[in-house]
Amino acid sequence: MATTVPDVKSAAGLKNSSGLKNNSGRTRTAAIAKHLGLVAVLLVLLYPLVWLLATSLKPANEVLTSLKLLPSHIEWSNYTTALDGISGVSISRLLLNSLLISVGSVIGNVVSCSLAAYAFARLRFRMRGPMFGFMIATMMLPHHAVLIPQYIIFNKLGMVDTYWPLILPKFLATEAFFVFLIVQFMRGLPRELDEAARIDGCGPFRIFWSVVLPLTRPALITTAIFTFIWSWNDFFTQLIYLFDPEKFTITLALRNFVDQSSTSAYGPMFAMSVISIVPIVLFFFAFQRYLVEGMATSGLKG
Amino acid sequence: MTTTATPPPRTARATATPPEQRKRGQRGGPAYIFLTPWILGVVLLTLAPMAVSLYLSFTDYNLFDPPKWVGLRNYSDMFTADPRYWRSVGTTLLYVVVAVPLKLAIALGVALLLSNTRKAKGFYRSAFYAPSLLGASMAVALVWRALYNDGGTVDELLSSIGIHTGGWVSDPHLAVFVVALLSAWQFGAPMVIFLAGLQQIPADLYEAAALDGAGRWRRFVSVTLPMLSPVVFFNLVLETIQSFQVFTPAFAISGGNGGPADSTEFYTLYLYERGFTASHMGYASAMAWVLLLAIGAVTLVLFRTSRSWVFYANEGA
Repeated sequence: MATTVPDVKSAAGLKNSSGLKNNSGRTRTAAIAKHLGLVAVLLVLLYPLVWLLATSLKPANEVLTSLKLLPSHIEWSNYTTALDGISGVSISRLLLNSLLISVGSVIGNVVSCSLAAYAFARLRFRMRGPMFGFMIATMMLPHHAVLIPQYIIFNKLGMVDTYWPLILPKFLATEAFFVFLIVQFMRGLPRELDEAARIDGCGPFRIFWSVVLPLTRPALITTAIFTFIWSWNDFFTQLIYLFDPEKFTITLALRNFVDQSSTSAYGPMFAMSVISIVPIVLFFFAFQRYLVEGMATSGLKG
Repeated sequence: MTTTATPPPRTARATATPPEQRKRGQRGGPAYIFLTPWILGVVLLTLAPMAVSLYLSFTDYNLFDPPKWVGLRNYSDMFTADPRYWRSVGTTLLYVVVAVPLKLAIALGVALLLSNTRKAKGFYRSAFYAPSLLGASMAVALVWRALYNDGGTVDELLSSIGIHTGGWVSDPHLAVFVVALLSAWQFGAPMVIFLAGLQQIPADLYEAAALDGAGRWRRFVSVTLPMLSPVVFFNLVLETIQSFQVFTPAFAISGGNGGPADSTEFYTLYLYERGFTASHMGYASAMAWVLLLAIGAVTLVLFRTSRSWVFYANEGA
């Protein structure tokens, strides 16, 4: 990163230097240098992903021995091996399991977080201040502090090795970031709309459903996308709660694939890796506007 | 952030709302209906588990036999008789101290480069953000393990300029940095927040500074940094809290056992091993509470020190 330091300086000043009658030739050179810097960062950044794609198509003897990024010939058999899945469970089953958990989580988060957010953003009640403060505090709470008792509870309920521990908490608005994100968004909506609906005789439920919720759509989409990607990527919770290979997700299977195979199976392993991130990549391309905007406006973490 | 919860001015509301409705609203009947899922979650999945975990931390519990009260033994064992515990603390602290500043420095640098770019700004912003979404996945962690392996791309690149490191992943001194670099790779999230912060800095401040004869560096140090300091602080707190809890990349890169030679046995990895592999749920609960308190203490220290370096423009006015 040291190479970008001069650019950093210029960036700080350049922002408004247009009014300072700069030598236009110099500005142009600076702009080109900046774009070169950005492209260089981009190449370093994307290299691991290109490497992943290339390696997933390499024949077994080239994976670790050849430094060339591109394979000598394209080895599609890596993908056919990966499609067989692991421990007799097909990859379609694994993907379907991941999808089930992610979609369940999305529904849970969107429903429960928007309900709570509406109360915090629009309704008045005595405990609002303390409760809102508490909600913010739980955003900072490390997951591990509640992990073991949660496991004991789900174990007592006979829910270990089912998807309930992965989906049920989302229906109880446990991911406070999303409550906060939606609250922030709802606060930006004009209150006059609520008032008008109230004068027309709407109660809080009707106002929520017919007035506020439709306008909150961008925040709900951001919530849905992040929830989907985070649940899809999740490993820790799945590792703890799922044991039956039939119930494994693509992430867990990938992890076990590494354990069971020697280095000669690198190709199929990375083929499986590519398959496992395809849904995230598709989501990213389809919704990147919402993702980046959502991050920027809420100050939320990814 | 909590200060934003102030209710709207009461008088404005009272004129627009019939008195009986205002009364109902203030009692909060409907509000609590909307909040029911959240309240259930807080009680059943946050407060009760925290209390249970505190209780368990004073017991010996293996999930099958009833918990046996042992007083402070878990804590005293942890602090005085468990070198592996301290090793995991050291590894985690080293990781936090390396990964957080590295990630934030890259994020700030790229955000500054991008902030006054007109062409293709949206493209760069999205492309730089992509690793933040993929980085938490098992697939990418496996890629990093291969890239930093013996004979992997990084090893070969360094060897070609005469630096022979071997595989970082199998070197107890270097393995933790692989995880730190993977974290830095995901600088997109703080970068987007920095960018939003940079947009908020009023242009006339730069003009005034330029008129006073301030050069680029001077403007960066005297205008950009102070104006951006609340955003730096926000990112610093969030990244620090998250870094203490790193799990998936550590698990994948170490092969699930904290290797080589326990050098990537992060706090959370050791907690998982104690609780779920060795079935010492009491000990793991004690570890969880120490982690909670440690994160709380670090956050508090950050907030304390912030008074001397975080500048809030609206306060000075």
